[in-house]
Amino acid sequence: MPTDIALNLSDEGRTVAMVWQRELLRFMRARIRIATNFVQPVLFLVVLGAGLGPLVGETGGVDFKQFVFPGVVAMGVVTTAMFSAVSILWDREFGFLREMLVAPVTRTALVLGKAAGGATVATLQGSVMLVLAPVVHVRLTLGVVLGVLGSSLLMAFAMTAFGTFVASRMQKLESFSVVMQFFMLPMLFLSGALFPLGDLPGWLVALTRLDPLTYAVDPLRRAVFAAQDVPPEALERFPVGVEVFGWTLPVVVEVAVVVAFAAVFLTLAVRSLGRPD
Amino acid sequence: MTQLRLADESAAGGARVPAVEVLGLSKHYGSVEAVRTVTFQVAPREVFAFLGPNGAGKSTTIRMLCTLTRPTAGQARVAGFDVTRQPRAVRRSIGLVFQDQTLDEQLTAEENLRFHAVLYGVPRDQVGPRLDRVLELVDLTSRRSDLVSTYSGGMARRLEIARALLHTPEVLFLDEPTVGLDPQTRSRMWEDVLRLRDEEGAAVFFTTHYMDEAEYADRIAIIDHGAIVALDTPAALKATVGADTVYLRTADDATAAARLRAAGFAVERSGEAPREHGLVVAVADGEGAVGALVLAAGVTVERVRVHTPDLDDVFLHFTGRQIREQAGDGAHSVMRRFATASRRR
Repeated sequence: MPTDIALNLSDEGRTVAMVWQRELLRFMRARIRIATNFVQPVLFLVVLGAGLGPLVGETGGVDFKQFVFPGVVAMGVVTTAMFSAVSILWDREFGFLREMLVAPVTRTALVLGKAAGGATVATLQGSVMLVLAPVVHVRLTLGVVLGVLGSSLLMAFAMTAFGTFVASRMQKLESFSVVMQFFMLPMLFLSGALFPLGDLPGWLVALTRLDPLTYAVDPLRRAVFAAQDVPPEALERFPVGVEVFGWTLPVVVEVAVVVAFAAVFLTLAVRSLGRPD
Repeated sequence: MTQLRLADESAAGGARVPAVEVLGLSKHYGSVEAVRTVTFQVAPREVFAFLGPNGAGKSTTIRMLCTLTRPTAGQARVAGFDVTRQPRAVRRSIGLVFQDQTLDEQLTAEENLRFHAVLYGVPRDQVGPRLDRVLELVDLTSRRSDLVSTYSGGMARRLEIARALLHTPEVLFLDEPTVGLDPQTRSRMWEDVLRLRDEEGAAVFFTTHYMDEAEYADRIAIIDHGAIVALDTPAALKATVGADTVYLRTADDATAAARLRAAGFAVERSGEAPREHGLVVAVADGEGAVGALVLAAGVTVERVRVHTPDLDDVFLHFTGRQIREQAGDGAHSVMRRFATASRRR
């Protein structure tokens, strides 16, 4: 029985890095996309913040803009991450996916490279929002920057994995956009990115706990709040932490939930991408 | 057809194994038999054509050889590796150029090649030199840093061929490589391919439904309805169709026909038919026989035309049809290319 070439981890690693690098190159060349992706979260922060600010008011020196700031960073990350997987459909359309799928590499390496590329791009796109921190009186420390980068990367990876899975099942660009829009807004709304998850009706609480993004947004907000002066009454109004059955999850568990989510969808994406007939 | 046995595995991967060995290969989609027990062999450095109309099973065969489709039955080895049991080894040993373009237009030519080099495990220190070489072979060195979106169709195709050769494959597979290219670009591409075969030493396996293109091959397999109906060199295939044909128009066909028959020539149509149809004489060497024919006819010969069998006649002979009757799909692919191109803008 003849045996095939053994799997060479260094070759697979080189492939992941190359696919990643290509995603970045393509991102850098699409300057208009960078600009438009930046405008949307800015609108949310400035317009929504200014509009809802007076309604929400201020508690202990913390206002709505400061609360929503990490949420807007998350929004930038999620939007970019989910739609980064559209590159798979462009690649299918222009035939380049075929060049990748017929190569003597594993689909795992291709999917990991794609997901890593999309996650990097989304993290960059989301973290750019940090330049607006002084505008909304959010104090930036090294801890905040590292915390935001770390949580963004995690969130981006999970959402890119999800997007990659959806894209791997789709043949048409149009259907991908429709499906992604269908998931994106509910996931964002339920994640606590734009309003506190404290005093909500029971059914809504249940939904927010089912949203994987909830566990990705919370660490991000914690990282930002940790460097601000948040008095207890403000924390009452704008709470951090996700409570499940009366237990406030530690960040480690939140991270684990997001990692598990990412792993599941990466596995599914590997299985469904270009299955031979 | 040659008898072959695929049992000897000791030579696998060596230099002297056939580039492609196929034994009883079949592919069924439900009740449709796309490829039916196909058997053939391609020697190292050989240029081998799969000629047939659309839907004859050419692409399915290529897909099985490239490990993209699993055979229903039979065996196939490429560069000594089994396509079902050693797909990774097969993929490393082959270069592929598909009917439709598979380049990333938002990357430069060089970036496309580097991407490919990594995916095919070209050792780091060889990437640079190989890149320089293949770009030079297809004469794109001066355009290496340009985005592929600025390339013409012919340049893109040449870049794809360069890319397919980057990892020094033993077999280069070209699936309908010239569909959608203008005649000038087509002949340029073939010049490149044949030169690359000589310089890089790879066997070339290509499919086509263009008769004139099949002439570039050392051997041609004619495939129809999923089965090989003929396999030989272009010259031998033409010889099987028979002799040359000489068409004569004379002042008196009836007399000429009688005299030619008397002189021992095979006259296929006499002057009883309408006069402008003239006479048809089958003769081994048509051009060489013209003098003798005119002399033997003994009447005024107004017009002579010699027809040497071409691959169209060969195809007609083996399948009972003209290949052009089925070639309508080619125009369809061209249209699709245009559609894709206009979407890009």
